[in-house]
Amino acid sequence: MTYLTDVAALTRKDLRVELRARDTLPAMLLFVLSTLVVFHFALPEGTGDDAAYGLLWVAIVFTALLGLARAWVPEHEHGVLDGLVLAPSDRSAIWLGKTLATLAFLVAAQVVALPAFVVFFAPLDLTALAGVLLADIGICAVGSLMAAMAASSRSREVLLPLLVLPLAIPLIVGGVGAAISPEGERYLLLLALYDGIFAVLSWASFEYVVTE
Amino acid sequence: MIRARDLEKRYGRRRVLVSVDIAVPASGFAVVTGPNGSGKTTLLRVLAGLAAPTRGVLEVNADRAQLGYLAHEPLVYRELTALENLELFGRLYRVSERRERIGMLLERFGLWDARNERVSTYSRGMTQRLALCRTLLHDPALILLDEPYSALDQEGVELLDRELEALAGSRTLVVATHDPHRLAQLATTTIALA
Repeated sequence: MTYLTDVAALTRKDLRVELRARDTLPAMLLFVLSTLVVFHFALPEGTGDDAAYGLLWVAIVFTALLGLARAWVPEHEHGVLDGLVLAPSDRSAIWLGKTLATLAFLVAAQVVALPAFVVFFAPLDLTALAGVLLADIGICAVGSLMAAMAASSRSREVLLPLLVLPLAIPLIVGGVGAAISPEGERYLLLLALYDGIFAVLSWASFEYVVTE
Repeated sequence: MIRARDLEKRYGRRRVLVSVDIAVPASGFAVVTGPNGSGKTTLLRVLAGLAAPTRGVLEVNADRAQLGYLAHEPLVYRELTALENLELFGRLYRVSERRERIGMLLERFGLWDARNERVSTYSRGMTQRLALCRTLLHDPALILLDEPYSALDQEGVELLDRELEALAGSRTLVVATHDPHRLAQLATTTIALA
């Protein structure tokens, strides 16, 4: 129970910081919308829906990367991460709080982006939407850990995509599969499995990432 | 409370701490001195458990809940107010009667009137006072202070002097400073780093 209270306090803190600084969410919204607009004009007429679903995933993954690149900036600005790490609470709560906050930003960006996708390109059924949500969870879980690893590096903008993109490939495969395959549910299962495994791995290894 | 023998810390090939021996008893007051780059900050980070020593034996008889650490950086969120920062850390440190404790510290360090202002609007001195509040929030048994007087005005310096006098003898303190003479009367141990 105390663990969940800590996670809630840390997530609330991240949402409050973003509400005031407005560093992450506006950038994510602007990026995802402008990407969809560019794709709309870049795709030749008569291109099938399948290509459009692929482009949606390009937009989603890079929007998530944008959010993840900013995720640990408040902690590094005043060395706050050291303060959080020294607190007697379970250190994985810091990761979980950050994952939930990043997930909230990504979902908020998609609340605007997905209707725009439907207007510009193709419809999204329930399976496709479930695929987006499950992939969001996976990319935020793994991405928060990788972003914490990259955050202390001077070349974090380069390092983060290098760390996250290879790990995001199963999510892209699962997400696109859920949208275009007649057996979309199987891809949802793949995404759920990925989320479960990588969330547990990230949760368990976070402590070793933030301590020397 | 703290015992270290032949402590060494390397970053790559660079040796930051070289063969440091420390013995600070419970309720002792250790002053860490040395020129810039002698490893004072690194030593405090090692004692806090934020960095692992490369070699040597280190015993610190305090867990994270009993440790208060004031770093070079204030370790507070710029976009949160003083009150919100202390609320967050008070929750993570399981401080009982949190509101009362936070109010008392903010009053004591002269930040009560600015408690609802964001830290980003604070001067460096005010931020340092807030960092001291965060360090002492959970009434730690072992207090590590890295240059605690930096950025404080005269009033802040006197306030910190009084605070350290009150803590000396009842808490274990390790203070890294460029001005060891200021703490000469309180110090029971001096750790000189070369």
